[in-house]
Amino acid sequence: MTWSDTFLAALKDNDIRLVSYVPDNVLTPLIKGVTADNYFMPVNATREDEAIGTVAGAWMGGMRGIVMMQTSGFALIANALASLIVPYQIPAIMVVSERGTIGEFNIGQVLVARTMRPVLDSLAVAHHTLADEHTLRFVVDRSIKQAMLTQSPVVFILSPLLTGGNPAGPK
Amino acid sequence: MAASGNPKVLNRADLTRRLVAKLSDQAVVAGIGNANFDLFAAGHRAQNFYMLGSMGLAFPIAFGVALAQPERGVIALEGDGSLLMSLGCLATIATVKPRNLTLIVWDNGIYQITGKQATATSHATDIVAVARGAGIPDSTWVRDEAHFEELLGRGFTQGGPILLAAKIDDKPGEIQPPRDPALVRNRFMKGLGNASAGMLDR
Repeated sequence: MTWSDTFLAALKDNDIRLVSYVPDNVLTPLIKGVTADNYFMPVNATREDEAIGTVAGAWMGGMRGIVMMQTSGFALIANALASLIVPYQIPAIMVVSERGTIGEFNIGQVLVARTMRPVLDSLAVAHHTLADEHTLRFVVDRSIKQAMLTQSPVVFILSPLLTGGNPAGPK
Repeated sequence: MAASGNPKVLNRADLTRRLVAKLSDQAVVAGIGNANFDLFAAGHRAQNFYMLGSMGLAFPIAFGVALAQPERGVIALEGDGSLLMSLGCLATIATVKPRNLTLIVWDNGIYQITGKQATATSHATDIVAVARGAGIPDSTWVRDEAHFEELLGRGFTQGGPILLAAKIDDKPGEIQPPRDPALVRNRFMKGLGNASAGMLDR
């Protein structure tokens, strides 16, 4: 299986049906996969914090979801994490395709990417950088289960080591 | 005032009480500040969700609840300043068209809680025109109290998404709900029938 097939299989194993996303090149196989599979309910959000709100509401209503975004989009969600997800104890599942490292061509992406892990650490939000296909399913599956059992959010960061990086990047 | 038909200036607490009087098991998500103060003042219900922050996310949160529970009517209450921060969600909601979602905008043309600074709706922006342009054709200015009740009379589970916008005065919200987000979330989930959220209740 490709990394994206493995990731989607782990979502299915954990009843994650709602997928609210803002598009990104690296996320394309995930977005194509959820759009082609009736199991999933894909929703194209206009902003990443909107997607966080929708997944939070759906979880409170009994439907599990995930937010898919790029690193620059992550920079838009600090307030949604700090004033909704963390204090209300909502197990938001998030996946971020990592721009800004290992072959980045846009300095804006490099700079915004540096804000991501410090923001997550300052809120004590769990995050795992996914770089290895062999451990991907175990990490995603167990971390989603931990998030649900502990009512805590989790972020999966898709390293270029896993995805090959942005296809528009330098060769 | 940017509102077609020059609707009457109404009162948020009064309209909220009129809304709550028509509800049974519907979920209500109320945005940060006065929208949720007046929802709480109208009498706590098990299906109420009060936001403490995340300005602009009342509609996206309610949208998520509506997707998860398509048989339950879901209502969102949001101020004009908050909605102006997140207009994009109207396009998302228009695309998915949840039939059980009712969006209500309290438009007083000011950021009331931060010191009554003017919002764009006091100058040029017509929220109903914005919503229609985003793809929610069933968007209406509330003309007066009777019109509000008439518009709510259609029910909450069919025909959505619907957006109602009311021009309101600058009276502050009446009572603040408890600032205990985990408790608020737990009670809301219990009110939505999430069994695990009520397992410890006696």
